[in-house]
Amino acid sequence: MKIVVCVKRVPSTDSRIKIAADGTSLDTSSIEWILSPYDEFALETALRIKDAATDTEVVVLCLGPSDATKELRTCLALGADRAIHLEDDGASRHDAQVTSGLLAEAIAAEAPELVLCGKLAADSDQGQVGLLLSYRLGFPCVTEARELTAADGKVTAKRAAGGGTSEIWELPLPALVTITKGEHEPRYASLKGIMAAKKKPIDASDVSAPAETLRVTLMELPAERQAGRIVGEGAEAVGELVRLLREEAKVI
Amino acid sequence: MAFKGLDYYDLDELLSEEDRMVRDMTRDWVSDAVMPIIDEAYENAVFPRHLVPQIGELGLLGANLPEEYGCAGMGPTAYGIICQELERGDSGLRSFVSVQGSLVMWPIFAYGSEEQKRRWLPEMAKGNKIGCFGLTEPDHGSDPGGMITNAKKDGADWILNGAKMWITNGTIADVAVVWAQTEDGIQGFLVEAGTPGFTAPEQKRKYSLRASVTSELVFDDVRVPDSARFPNVKGLKGPLGCLSQARYGIAWGAIGAAMACYDEALQYTLGREQFGKPLAGFQLIQAKLAEMVTEITKAQLICWRLAKLKEAGKIRPQHVSLAKRNNVAMALDIARVARDMLGANGITAEYQCMRHMCNLESVYTYEGTHSIHTLILGQDVTGIAAFE
Ligand SMILES: Cc1cc2nc3c(=O)[nH]c(=O)nc-3n(C[C@H](O)[C@H](O)[C@H](O)COP(=O)(O)OP(=O)(O)OC[C@H]3O[C@@H](n4cnc5c(N)ncnc54)[C@H](O)[C@@H]3O)c2cc1C
Repeated sequence: MKIVVCVKRVPSTDSRIKIAADGTSLDTSSIEWILSPYDEFALETALRIKDAATDTEVVVLCLGPSDATKELRTCLALGADRAIHLEDDGASRHDAQVTSGLLAEAIAAEAPELVLCGKLAADSDQGQVGLLLSYRLGFPCVTEARELTAADGKVTAKRAAGGGTSEIWELPLPALVTITKGEHEPRYASLKGIMAAKKKPIDASDVSAPAETLRVTLMELPAERQAGRIVGEGAEAVGELVRLLREEAKVI
Repeated sequence: MAFKGLDYYDLDELLSEEDRMVRDMTRDWVSDAVMPIIDEAYENAVFPRHLVPQIGELGLLGANLPEEYGCAGMGPTAYGIICQELERGDSGLRSFVSVQGSLVMWPIFAYGSEEQKRRWLPEMAKGNKIGCFGLTEPDHGSDPGGMITNAKKDGADWILNGAKMWITNGTIADVAVVWAQTEDGIQGFLVEAGTPGFTAPEQKRKYSLRASVTSELVFDDVRVPDSARFPNVKGLKGPLGCLSQARYGIAWGAIGAAMACYDEALQYTLGREQFGKPLAGFQLIQAKLAEMVTEITKAQLICWRLAKLKEAGKIRPQHVSLAKRNNVAMALDIARVARDMLGANGITAEYQCMRHMCNLESVYTYEGTHSIHTLILGQDVTGIAAFE
């Protein structure tokens, strides 16, 4: 089985975020980049399928700037077989229509049985790309799967539904599934994996994106946190604290 | 928050992509698997043995030995970085990896028979078998050439008698590399746990390297076959060759402990206010931080260059002595100063600096004491040995 995993490079979750002078994008000068965490779960899901059935081929696909090679190399060290890099330094500005269009074209050329995406990218937090991709490819889709197994030409996806229940879905192939955090933590790259990654191919090509129909018009940082307030001291303060938590903060 | 090692001179730029990946992977693993448990392991004086299979799986054991023996085949820089990142967690864990990789797997690889290599290296790389290295004796530490442990030929076998002391991993080891006097000078033997007459009681009540096992090795008429002897080395250069490998890793490892202490002192003094402002705003505190940044950067440059010399095959044991001597003393100083900067909190298990400080006292002593490396450098530059 061939699996394509879509992966995106995002600012690390503990980067200090600054907005660039244009007011509509991030100042990338002091950002550290990582693989979007849900994409890590998606890759882990694919690698577990490969662990169970060694004839599985795992291809990672990234639309991103040229220096996203680092994140792709990490995917290869973790166990992906090869990478496709659609190089586009403006990728972070694309709307989901443009992104999914470019990805769909590359995926169609690969004709995989299964496409996996993280449920959302940790930077834009939108979760549109996976869904739009499934629509463009005409693949059935389950979102936010926590666990996925593949056997006999179909995949079985487990997802959390309302009220703490779990749903099990069976999808005929080809299919697309978006992945959320499940039971399995992403693995570490082993030294052998890192050595092997050097020899695995990254197929890089420039893409030219069509014009976006949607654009971010303004980015704002959250307001500075208000200074704390001391409601009293000692045991006498407890009553007042509980009252404020209930009536003002409405958290209890 | 993820640990970020000090990199004041953008030394990252000097590392290959692969070495950076090794660093990131080891760093993440230490943050996830070691940091949450290490204070308790240290307090209770237990070696976190459950980590050994993970360390093996990641490929960190004998990482610089060839792939044909189940190892990762990495270069000297990657091996050094692994030591650095492990010691950022705890010197005890790095000691485990140094002993297994440099003092047991390396001599098997360099001095051993093909049969010894095939038997031990793949299993040791996985962490399925643990090794220890017995050189030091109760009465011979800095002067190992005076050892009294001996091996006498008896037909096709050898009979070992004597005792070793301060042996890391001793009690938990499946196999001991034992150096003994023979008629032909000092030779190395692989003695398996459970061989009649061989015992390895643990040395307790340490105030340092508490998360590491240290043991005595006792040999009472221990019979081993000739196939247990290293065929390819004789004389003190055998054990000294191993020590050069391990000391190389220790020079890197010390940087890890220093980075952890520096980071802790920086975060702490930025967060804690006295006299109405953060401690980090006072000149005396800033002088300490500036000194730490300078010394760590110097140590990093020493190791980077040492790795290049090793890669090029131009490294001499004296080069390694300089690095071990400087970097461990540097780390110990930084740990002590960090301990001071944290005030009373600095003496508790809530913080790392006191643990690193106590650990580094052992690192200062083992693998050639600070003074012995001074004498090695002194001899190298004057041509006059001052040991005796
Ligand atoms: C936790 C721990 C783990 C260890 N693990 C191992 C191991 O796995 N395998 C192993 O073989 N050994 C191991 N060692 C032993 C270690 O290598 C020795 O302790 C070290 O070589 C010093 O020997 P010593 O303790 O006998 O000190 P000594 O040699 O007695 O030295 C005492 C002091 O005298 C100084 N001194 C000695 N000679 C001179 C001189 N000529 N001129 C000036 N000063 C001198 C030393 O610098 C030191 O300060 C370990 C030690 C420790 C603490």
